[in-house]
Amino acid sequence: MNLVRLNRTPILKQLHLEEKLLRKSSTNWCIINDGTDTPAIVMGISGKPSELLEIGSVLRDQVPVIKRFTGGGTVVVDKGTVFVTLICNKDDVPGVQPYPRSIMSWSGLLYNQVFKGIADFQLRENDYVFGNRKFGGNAQSITKNRWIHHTSFLWDYAEGNMAFLKQPARAPEYRMERGHTEFICRMNEYLPRTDFIEKTTEAVETYFSVKNVNLEATEEPCGAEFVPSTRLLSKQELEEALGPQPEIIGVSV
Amino acid sequence: MALRMWASSTANALRISCASKTPAFALSRCFSSGTQLISFPLPIIIFCKLMVLDGLKYASSHEWVKHEGSVATVGITDHAQDHLGEVVFVELPETGASVKQGGGFGVVESVKATSDVNSPISGEVIEVNSKLTQTPGLVNSSPYEEGWLIKVKPSSPSDLESLMDPQAYTKFCEEENAAH
Repeated sequence: MNLVRLNRTPILKQLHLEEKLLRKSSTNWCIINDGTDTPAIVMGISGKPSELLEIGSVLRDQVPVIKRFTGGGTVVVDKGTVFVTLICNKDDVPGVQPYPRSIMSWSGLLYNQVFKGIADFQLRENDYVFGNRKFGGNAQSITKNRWIHHTSFLWDYAEGNMAFLKQPARAPEYRMERGHTEFICRMNEYLPRTDFIEKTTEAVETYFSVKNVNLEATEEPCGAEFVPSTRLLSKQELEEALGPQPEIIGVSV
Repeated sequence: MALRMWASSTANALRISCASKTPAFALSRCFSSGTQLISFPLPIIIFCKLMVLDGLKYASSHEWVKHEGSVATVGITDHAQDHLGEVVFVELPETGASVKQGGGFGVVESVKATSDVNSPISGEVIEVNSKLTQTPGLVNSSPYEEGWLIKVKPSSPSDLESLMDPQAYTKFCEEENAAH
């Protein structure tokens, strides 16, 4: 497995890279991006801005909104987010079938190693939690012969950013209708950032022979130009999702 | 939940009523003892509690195709929907798009994952199942009927020859499950 370490790479660039490597490469990859440069909202493939976002606030603060190629829900990411991505050939992970639950379950075993002895970690209704508080959003995409599992870990986050997100209609039972700030927690309350990254690398090494490579190595295997489906939503799309706004009529006095 | 849905749909197919005295899960007991290939008078083969329909052809990526004259209907198998989990979103191509045998034409989303759906045959998409926009769960509850994905005008009838018949697909699923 090739391990690529990034630092404050823009999340859109990271997602484009991941989608390309999933579709065009035949090698296994682990990508760790230590934060993204500016805050962004990232929705899953089926996400609808009108249902998931406080669009007025998003437009006012000019927060980029990205629709990614994997499933799952919506996250707000920034420099406090640590991203860990695994892209694997389906036959290279023994005992793991190329189906969502099998891959998700395996990821739970991997991260169990990372957080062993540190916190009450578990994979709960497909979320990574400490106790009943979520600290990482994960998602997957499965092709004929490969799959990707990627996670955005909340090492830290700005509470104000959570205000961009509506309460989702589809939520795990353990959420129990809690608001964002009651539902999620910060990893920095449990372990240092560098420890987390180091332990994650060690856990990956128990499954794969890992080789550290630089970003240039991701260019080599892929050949012809690839057009990703992950994209930035336009201002027009967000405005249309917001719908018509009431006209404010001033009254002269 | 998938097993209960399967039992219920099997009951419907066999015209067996599932009244309150005969809960849906009771049917599953008949097939709980190991892997069995059971042929019914109706064109249904029950493999390890999942359905494989006679009269269809199957791809190793778990899609089925039903060829009727100049139209071929494509969907995913009961095995596939069971392994995917609850489908919450389906993305399909536009009519007029070309599909290639073995190539992806859409995705289904389940359990936070997008999974490619591949076409068993080459041709032109002439219809897509618009019901799946509002009711993606039809892929789970009725994978061979209401949950069909696309209809294709085949460009190469010989494509069907490389696909599996129901018995071969049943064996393929058995071997795949045994390998894990």
